[in-house]
Amino acid sequence: MTVWTGNGGEMAEDVSAVERRLDPTRIFVGGAEEERHVRANDRVHNDKFSYADNRIKTSKYSILTFLPVNLFEQFQRVANAYFLVLLILQLIPEISSLSWFTTIVPLVMVLVVTAVKDATDDYFRHRSDQQVNTRQSQVLIQGKLQNEKWMNVRVGDIIKLENNQFVAADLLLLSSSEPYGLCYIETAELDGENNLKVRQALTVTSDLGADIAKLAEFDGEITCEPPNNKLDRFTGTLYWRGNKHPLDNERMLLRGCVLRNTDWCFGLVVFAGPQTKLMQNCGRTTFKRTSIEKLMNTLVLWIFGFLICMGIILAIGNTIWEVRVGRAFWASLQWGELLSNAVYSGFLTFWSYIIILNTVVPISLYVSVEVLRLGHSYFINWDRKLYYGAKDMAAEARTTTLNEELGQVEFIFSDKTGTLTQNILIFNKCSINGTTYGEVYDDFGHKVNITETNTTGRITVVINNSFSGNVIIELLENTEPCVMVCVVLSCVCHPSCPDSPVFCPSLLQKTPCVDFSFNPLSDPKFRFHDSSLVEAVKVGEACVQEFFRLLALCHTVMPEERSEGELVYQAQSPDEGALVTAARNFGFVFRSRTPETVTLYEMGRPVTYQLLAFLDFNNVRKRMSVIVRNPKGKIKLYCKGADTIVFDRLHPSNEDLRDTTSEHLNEFAGEGLRTLALAYRELEEDVFGEWMERLQHASTVVGNREELLNELYEEVEQDLMLLGATAVEDKLQEGVPETITCLSLANIKIWVLTGDKLETAMNIGYSCNMLRDDMDEVFVISGHTSLEVAQELRSAKERILGPSCAKLSSAGKSISSNSDSVFEETIIAEYALIINGHSLAHALELEVELELVLLDVACLCKTVICCRVTPLQKAQVVELVKRHKRAVTLAIGDGANDVSMIKTAHIGVGISGQEGTQAVLASDYSFGQFRYLQRLLLVHGRWSYRRMCKFLCYFFYKNFAFTLVHFWFGFLCGFSAQTVYDQWFITLYNIVYTSLPVLAMGMFDKDVNEHFSLRYPSLYRPGQLNLLFNKRKFFTCTLHGVFTSFVLFFVPYLLCFSAVRDDGAHVSDQQAFAITIATSLVIVVSVQIGIDTDYWTAVNHFFVWGSLAMYFAILFTMHSDGLFSMFPSQFPYIGLARNALTQKSVWLVILLTTVVCIVPMLAIRFLRTDLHPSLSDKVYQLQKASRRQHPQEQSLRRVRRTSSRRSAYAFAHQQGYGELITSGRNMKFTRSASNPNLSPPLSPAVQNISCPGWTGPWGGGGDELGDVDLTGHSTRVMDGAGKTPTAEINT
Amino acid sequence: MMASSYNAKEEDGHHSGASGPGGAAAKSKKPDNTAFKQQRLPAWQPILTAGTVLPAFFVIGLIFIPIGIGLYVTSNNIKEFEIDYTGIDMSSPCFNCSQNFSWNSTKPCKCSLPFSLDQPFESNVFVYYGLSNFYQNHRRYVKSRDDSQLNGDLFSLTHPSKECEPYRSGSDNKPIAPCGAIANSMFNDTLELYYIDPNETRTLIPLVKKGIAWWTDKHVKFRNPGGNNSNLTASFQGNSKPVNWNKPVYELDADPENNGFINEDFIVWMRTAALPTFRKLYRIIQRKNNMTPTLPRGNYTLEVTYNYPVRSFEGRKRMILSTISWMGGKNPFLGIAYITVGSVCFFLGVVLLIIHHKYGNRSNNSDIPN
Repeated sequence: MTVWTGNGGEMAEDVSAVERRLDPTRIFVGGAEEERHVRANDRVHNDKFSYADNRIKTSKYSILTFLPVNLFEQFQRVANAYFLVLLILQLIPEISSLSWFTTIVPLVMVLVVTAVKDATDDYFRHRSDQQVNTRQSQVLIQGKLQNEKWMNVRVGDIIKLENNQFVAADLLLLSSSEPYGLCYIETAELDGENNLKVRQALTVTSDLGADIAKLAEFDGEITCEPPNNKLDRFTGTLYWRGNKHPLDNERMLLRGCVLRNTDWCFGLVVFAGPQTKLMQNCGRTTFKRTSIEKLMNTLVLWIFGFLICMGIILAIGNTIWEVRVGRAFWASLQWGELLSNAVYSGFLTFWSYIIILNTVVPISLYVSVEVLRLGHSYFINWDRKLYYGAKDMAAEARTTTLNEELGQVEFIFSDKTGTLTQNILIFNKCSINGTTYGEVYDDFGHKVNITETNTTGRITVVINNSFSGNVIIELLENTEPCVMVCVVLSCVCHPSCPDSPVFCPSLLQKTPCVDFSFNPLSDPKFRFHDSSLVEAVKVGEACVQEFFRLLALCHTVMPEERSEGELVYQAQSPDEGALVTAARNFGFVFRSRTPETVTLYEMGRPVTYQLLAFLDFNNVRKRMSVIVRNPKGKIKLYCKGADTIVFDRLHPSNEDLRDTTSEHLNEFAGEGLRTLALAYRELEEDVFGEWMERLQHASTVVGNREELLNELYEEVEQDLMLLGATAVEDKLQEGVPETITCLSLANIKIWVLTGDKLETAMNIGYSCNMLRDDMDEVFVISGHTSLEVAQELRSAKERILGPSCAKLSSAGKSISSNSDSVFEETIIAEYALIINGHSLAHALELEVELELVLLDVACLCKTVICCRVTPLQKAQVVELVKRHKRAVTLAIGDGANDVSMIKTAHIGVGISGQEGTQAVLASDYSFGQFRYLQRLLLVHGRWSYRRMCKFLCYFFYKNFAFTLVHFWFGFLCGFSAQTVYDQWFITLYNIVYTSLPVLAMGMFDKDVNEHFSLRYPSLYRPGQLNLLFNKRKFFTCTLHGVFTSFVLFFVPYLLCFSAVRDDGAHVSDQQAFAITIATSLVIVVSVQIGIDTDYWTAVNHFFVWGSLAMYFAILFTMHSDGLFSMFPSQFPYIGLARNALTQKSVWLVILLTTVVCIVPMLAIRFLRTDLHPSLSDKVYQLQKASRRQHPQEQSLRRVRRTSSRRSAYAFAHQQGYGELITSGRNMKFTRSASNPNLSPPLSPAVQNISCPGWTGPWGGGGDELGDVDLTGHSTRVMDGAGKTPTAEINT
Repeated sequence: MMASSYNAKEEDGHHSGASGPGGAAAKSKKPDNTAFKQQRLPAWQPILTAGTVLPAFFVIGLIFIPIGIGLYVTSNNIKEFEIDYTGIDMSSPCFNCSQNFSWNSTKPCKCSLPFSLDQPFESNVFVYYGLSNFYQNHRRYVKSRDDSQLNGDLFSLTHPSKECEPYRSGSDNKPIAPCGAIANSMFNDTLELYYIDPNETRTLIPLVKKGIAWWTDKHVKFRNPGGNNSNLTASFQGNSKPVNWNKPVYELDADPENNGFINEDFIVWMRTAALPTFRKLYRIIQRKNNMTPTLPRGNYTLEVTYNYPVRSFEGRKRMILSTISWMGGKNPFLGIAYITVGSVCFFLGVVLLIIHHKYGNRSNNSDIPN
């Protein structure tokens, strides 16, 4: 894209160029859009290019296409196609060994069940699409604003957005209610950050304002890049009134953003619907398969192979038999037709046997698996312990096909904001002049653990009780907004109830929150528990007052007073918001600001400070200062910043205070709080005046202005007087550290992938217990070039493994991937890896080898945190692990920025948080809180996996036992593909006689109950190691099946061939033989499921006994006179049941067969549990033993870190905001204010002059303080302010 | 057999009093607190422990061994006599007949085989014919019948099922009744038994030919077209006889109750055998009175009208005489099998007991990693 450097040459647009641009064939070269041309308010023109409209479609079918498409999809499944082929085979009379209905009945059932499921799934997709598509937006059509549905918005339309509305499409911002065409957006849906970001319209367009007529006349033309998924980059040009205006990302409002603090704005649709950046970023919806399903498919292929082998053996047998026996036999029967070629006969027999033996690949397997998964999904949906009361949200399994995979997860990729944290920052503690505030003490002077009921759910407090292990107290939510529950330990141990949970409200001491009623301007939502601080403020302690004054003055927050006293702060970072709100509540209300003044209400009195200088924050300085003159004329510098930085600049007299504060900071940091140190300095008038002069001089310097400014800042920020420190809690969601601990005990690796800053991410790492001080080393990879990154990674690896090992493992791909598991086992030391987005990009994109090194290092570390990563990088990291590790990955997130990661991972979990529902919509599972993950994996996942494995084992077993009887019979019936059983039995065996008991087992079975599952996370291990169903297991079950079929056939064979009824009539006929074996089979498999079932609910009983009863009922019905008289050729087994099953000898044979089949199994099972009990067996025994006792809950109390860490300073925002404030550009009233030299409207010329510099990466741009009244520079300032962190990520 | 203890309710650690905020509960998405939905269904959880498995083995052993002994003794009390009359050997009286290859030779070939019974046969004696290496269970053979036709269906009588090919219509293009390979290959030897008195007089032993088929077969499954008592000749007017048969189906017996499709020899034959070696009931020798044995010990002659060719496919034909007990015919295997399985179970029980005591894990939970 050309960079327009001036406004000279492009004034007159060359006509032929216009023509060229308008030729649609040129734009779409080879089907792909090369360049986009949009003309505002000209649908006719834009339609020529057939751009996508704003309708999104995630559904797959329509009513008409459903049947063909769905059937086509279903027959793409190998199994279904296979059964179709079988069905066709069965229609050929020469080979048909089974009636057509034996296959078609189950096949139709399978197809119907699957189709119904697909249809319902798609219906819900249609509904959600519909819901999004029919959202209303105001579109400018034919000079009027009209309400239109989102889906009717088209490229080139001008739409009006109002405050707090979602942006409907990717828009070019034209004008807004705010001065200079500024508008604020929240991009939480896109990148997960919920700080406000600024967008600014071009000056030319912002002049259009809200004038509908002018807007309707607007006929600018945009040429821009084709649709892509880069959220932080946009290049384009606006041609309007003969001028060219370069466009970049700062002019764009992307779909998914929310308009904030801006009453209205107008935008021109550039990309719509599926072509918006948001949708482009969503990635493809890939069909997720579980590893068990993949294994299952492999096994089915193996079984096909096995089937073909059997077919070949039997076909060869048939040929030999035909030559040696058959010929003579047929000749003697004078059956001339059969005397033909024996090889041909063998060939036909092969196919016949394929048909007969097809039941080894159970047709009902897939549908049963689906049914089971559906059931498991419902159990997740129904679980009250996954229900989040505060949002009235139950967990939802949105994909029903992944449940068993939940029991095999090895890697969890978690988002931070909104997932681990609540995205709420709270002013929690502070240290002022050597005194800490914020702790609550009881009467005896003990520190009290504060458990705050901030949710509407109930909280559980577990107390270690000296009498009886644990006592659980459940508290119902109190409707009072601020209820503190302090549980006095000594009171709970009431001797009258030593063993049972007690509920004694009288024992709960409710401590009221600090009462801020003295302050009419206080924020009612703010809570603080330590009333001594208020007392100190009220008493008028100078330090405390100065402390809050600093908080009220030194920040970049914008106030908004909607009505008298109803203050709303627009904080660009939530930290600042928390601090300013704290000051507000403690009587130092920040009320309004102009570029040059800040007005506070100090304990009710208005005080206006003159803002003299604003020493903005940046990443190097790690501090921010303001210099103000108070009404008394005193000049003061207030500074807040990272403790280490501030402490270095203190006045020597502060040493004692510094030590005390330092201790307090350690304490705060130990609790995972984000800290800032506060200090001030009084400046003499002349000193300041001299400094100010130099500052103004420096800010006009062109060359090394930045350096000069920094030096000046440094100079004035000296000899500071320490005031104290603040501690802000980035409030973790409930139970996050416990969940993480528990999951890591289950050997699940948790990686945090966040778009947040390194410091914030690390801080959260510490507070979730992922990072600890006792870790051996924390590697921070933040190289800017691939070489640096490689260097850092390699050295990290060497540090962990020692140089020799590192070389060994990096020597070859295969070696490293094979051996790293060994390394992992041998490494005891704990390491952590923190890598930022830049470095990650280098590591991921450049060389494969580096990628592997990264993976090796990451897997060797206990904790991995990736910060500053883009949504796509999140997906890449997941992909990396997926590709090189044979492990199941789970991604959990709450924002639209997590969507790609959620879609990439094997399992995607969405938390329905504050960042919208994109993540939830893309996810496979969704619930309200991170901590539910523990239960989802360790309880539901484990159970599902176990159930599925047991189900599959049994399923393969029962089908082998059933089918292979035919194989044995082949040797005795001339390999003629004669079935042993009745055809009806073959049809019904899988779908009626044996399906329900195994389904019941697959649905309800559990070994260890949920409490023990959570208490012994290592029970999760077998799932990760794939122990319960793998190829070996499969072999064991098939062998078991083969053995059973062998017994089933040969025991009756030996005993039956001369069997005679007790009235002398023979019962050795084929039908009686069939019924004997079939009955034995049904009984044997029923007994076997009885042994396999660990958990006999009423349903299991009902199904097992019901299936047996059903078998006999159907048997007698099928063999009844009535059915026979109606369909004599379909029910030839008339009277058999009566004649055969009344014989004692038949029952004796059945009994013997059953015992011979079952006893060896029983012995082996017993020996295994007796000699080598698995962990699950042991825990199960324990559970049985402790049944009468109350299950011991794991302590859910927050794990306090004893160690400490410093410098977790609380700045989550980007630099440049200071200029915005001091220039007054973001203040509405300044437009009418009487400051004439302040920021006149920008002319296009000015706009264009500074363009080239803007495209450079952030960081090179200057942050000039001196811009306060230098209008010539204000555009640059704007640019700096508008730069988003996403731009920073971009390398 | 297994440790059983019902736990009425899996404790879930929560003793929820009132559930959630009361009034909003109706609209709340909070899942119902039912045992089913919360997976708390009361359940019986059996475990395989030494206390349950080992006794099971002993019990099986203790039950099976006596049953086996009982069966063995019963089986041994059953008298059975078997004679092969295929005529393979040159020395065999039936050798000449067996050389005849034809199904429909007009001149019946007869041979007689002398035999003697060492023991008298008490009560009813059952006469079986046995065939070996005859694949009545071959798929093509098994399929080759039309049950509708045999059930007297008039349409099937004239339009036999395709499965009957190539025995569907005769040379005169008339449909065959009964059609199919099974009917066509019906066993057609005639066996007669003579008792040779010590004074060399031959007495024909009366053989009862009714009551050899299952009641359901005779009365439900097989029916003559147009009712059993009407004129069979007329009913089968439009049909031709099976190729290998000497006479049409309505001439199988003079007794109208045993003629046509409901001829019991035919019914017995049509119930195809499961295995290539089989026996089928041929006749019953009813005991006359309690005083004399049905078949006293002594010499007998088996007179065979040798029609059925088996030599070409190395088949064998046998005649079996047997008495019956409560458990059916002679079957020593069942008893032996029961005794064996019972002993093995018992032995296994002992071995497992020893293993359990020596190496067994007696619920030592201390090594559960947390």
